[in-house]
Amino acid sequence: MFNKIMVPVDLAHIEVIEPSLKVSADMARHYQAEVCYVGVTATTPGSVARTPEEYAQKLEAFAQQRGQVHGQPVSSKMITRVDPVADLVDTLVKAIDEVEADLVVMPTHAHRHLDIVMPANGSQVASRTSASVFLVRPDANE
Amino acid sequence: MAKPTNDDKPQEPQQGSEGIPAPEGPANLIDTDYVIGQDNIKASPLGVDVDLHSTVFMVSSVVILLFVILTLAMQAQMEPIFDAMFSFLTTKLTWVFLLGANVFVILALVLIFTPMGKVRIGGAHAKPDFGYAGWFAMLFAAGMGIGLMFYGVSEPLGHFGTALGGIGLGEDGLRTDWSPLGGAEGDQAGAVSLSMAATIFHWGLHPWGAYAIVGLSLAIFAYNKGLPLTMRSIFYPILGERIWGWPGHLIDILAVFATLFGLATSLGLGATQASAGLNYLFGIPDTNLTLVLLILGITIVALGSIMLGVDKGVQRLSQLNMALALLLLLFVIAVGPTLMIATGVFENLLGYVKNLPALSMPFGREDANFSQGWTAFYWAWWIAWSPFVGMFIARVSRGRTVREFLIAVLVVPTLASVVWMTAFGTTAIDQVINQGITEVQDAALELQLFTMLEYLPLTAITSFVGIVLVIVFFITSSDSGSLVIDSITAGGKVDAPKPQRVFWALIEGGIAIALLLGGGLGALQTAALTTGLPFTLVLLVGCYAIVKGLMSEPKAK
Repeated sequence: MFNKIMVPVDLAHIEVIEPSLKVSADMARHYQAEVCYVGVTATTPGSVARTPEEYAQKLEAFAQQRGQVHGQPVSSKMITRVDPVADLVDTLVKAIDEVEADLVVMPTHAHRHLDIVMPANGSQVASRTSASVFLVRPDANE
Repeated sequence: MAKPTNDDKPQEPQQGSEGIPAPEGPANLIDTDYVIGQDNIKASPLGVDVDLHSTVFMVSSVVILLFVILTLAMQAQMEPIFDAMFSFLTTKLTWVFLLGANVFVILALVLIFTPMGKVRIGGAHAKPDFGYAGWFAMLFAAGMGIGLMFYGVSEPLGHFGTALGGIGLGEDGLRTDWSPLGGAEGDQAGAVSLSMAATIFHWGLHPWGAYAIVGLSLAIFAYNKGLPLTMRSIFYPILGERIWGWPGHLIDILAVFATLFGLATSLGLGATQASAGLNYLFGIPDTNLTLVLLILGITIVALGSIMLGVDKGVQRLSQLNMALALLLLLFVIAVGPTLMIATGVFENLLGYVKNLPALSMPFGREDANFSQGWTAFYWAWWIAWSPFVGMFIARVSRGRTVREFLIAVLVVPTLASVVWMTAFGTTAIDQVINQGITEVQDAALELQLFTMLEYLPLTAITSFVGIVLVIVFFITSSDSGSLVIDSITAGGKVDAPKPQRVFWALIEGGIAIALLLGGGLGALQTAALTTGLPFTLVLLVGCYAIVKGLMSEPKAK
């Protein structure tokens, strides 16, 4: 049903994306799908890496490590943006087409009042792509 | 997950994975164990995520709050203190500002022609993040903005008047006149030439030299050396690992202070000007309500811009700003004394170059009023703004070579200022000497532009464009300023949660309104300008850091 699963990852907040990593691994095994880990990062030095190249390496290493967990083929894609926070949704929507993903698994936060003025990234991505989107709530693990 | 460290980071990046550009040249990162964000606190008060540098954020907030409260509560006591401090700086320490600014300009000019100009920001193979048009629009809109609208007419006119008046001596033998250099008593052509040279001097190489030094040093130390994009990184070549402690905190806090108060007070004063213009043009009552509404409007648009981000918000708004400014400029050139302006551009450029050594001479100045009251004041102003403008310029300049960077930050804006000042100044002076119109000269400073436009065709349209430009120019400084403050208080992170930048934009608007209603805008602006002195020293360190940083870059092939 699904051939390629895209999983946006934030290497600085692995704990936040843990549940969605688990879901994507299960789905990948179930559908025999490839998993593409996408990281959007700033061009400036950050907490994960001090250069985009270093970030790319860490992302690729992360993907390989995940591949050993679920045994499906993996790939990684790093995208640099000057203002990653503001451009995240646009960047992810574009990336879905570029990596030709048919399923996106991403974490989202619990529903909150602030969503009215600042909608969650996950719901914005879902409303703008034709791929299927699986939003994983933070407490899904419990 | 374990805290990320730099220990497992290879110094020579290997080939990345699929879809990733090849390593961007040999990396020459500074070897430090500091991990960006390690001093940050992450929390979710009231369900809002924050990620802030604990010390810098806390201390800056407290200092800012304290200053606002003090100024509001004890305006009568605080204002003379700030004024005395600032007048001490500009009268006694004029030479520090003038000498410092000369160093910045000379270094920036020299670097263009040295082999170091070939070094690329972000590594030999880095690709620019922005196209030329968007990049330049952002540089210019952040750097000069509203001042061009305010001083484009009034400064050439002012210098023209004082220069024509010639030298006046007081009883103590000191000069009482405000004319630049030796003035040009009774010599109309000479006064025009001198006044334009003096104006272009204040808006030309020197301000942009200061921006270029901050921008270049930060860009090199962030993109090529891997240090966080925050003021303290400039000091690495001198202080080494100590920049992560209090010396670094102090530099960052000072930058937040200068930027926030600089922006908030000019927001207040800018609104005052826009409101005076609206009143003059459309009879809209110049009341506190109008002012507050203006500040609210500006803050809301700036908020929208920073929510959309650098690419879709700040860049687009800057381009709109440039387009409008270009339209107004072309209009003034077309309907004003076109031939005079066209020949004036070259004459003024020549006059600027000719008078530059005398105007920028730090020692033995006889024109104390001019060199202290105008030049030193401007230099303190530009230098106090340089952390914010420089940091923003650095952020958007990845992928440019040092040479490209310096030409775009130093040479091109200077030429643009020459054209702008010539068009507006010549038109205004022409009205005075050839058409005998004196209203412009007599008008209040903030209305001189609009009074001049009144004597040109299509007044209703151009004045409206003028007001819109004043407001948009302000917004484009305000949004980039909030982004800069956010990234300094987040320890150099540019990907901190969005609510933080909203917070700073709101604080800026809030302070502007509080001071506007409670009084003390001018006092606090003076306080912000006094940071020009410490930042002159910071920028001198920046000069050293640039040379040191560029020398350690791998030689371009």
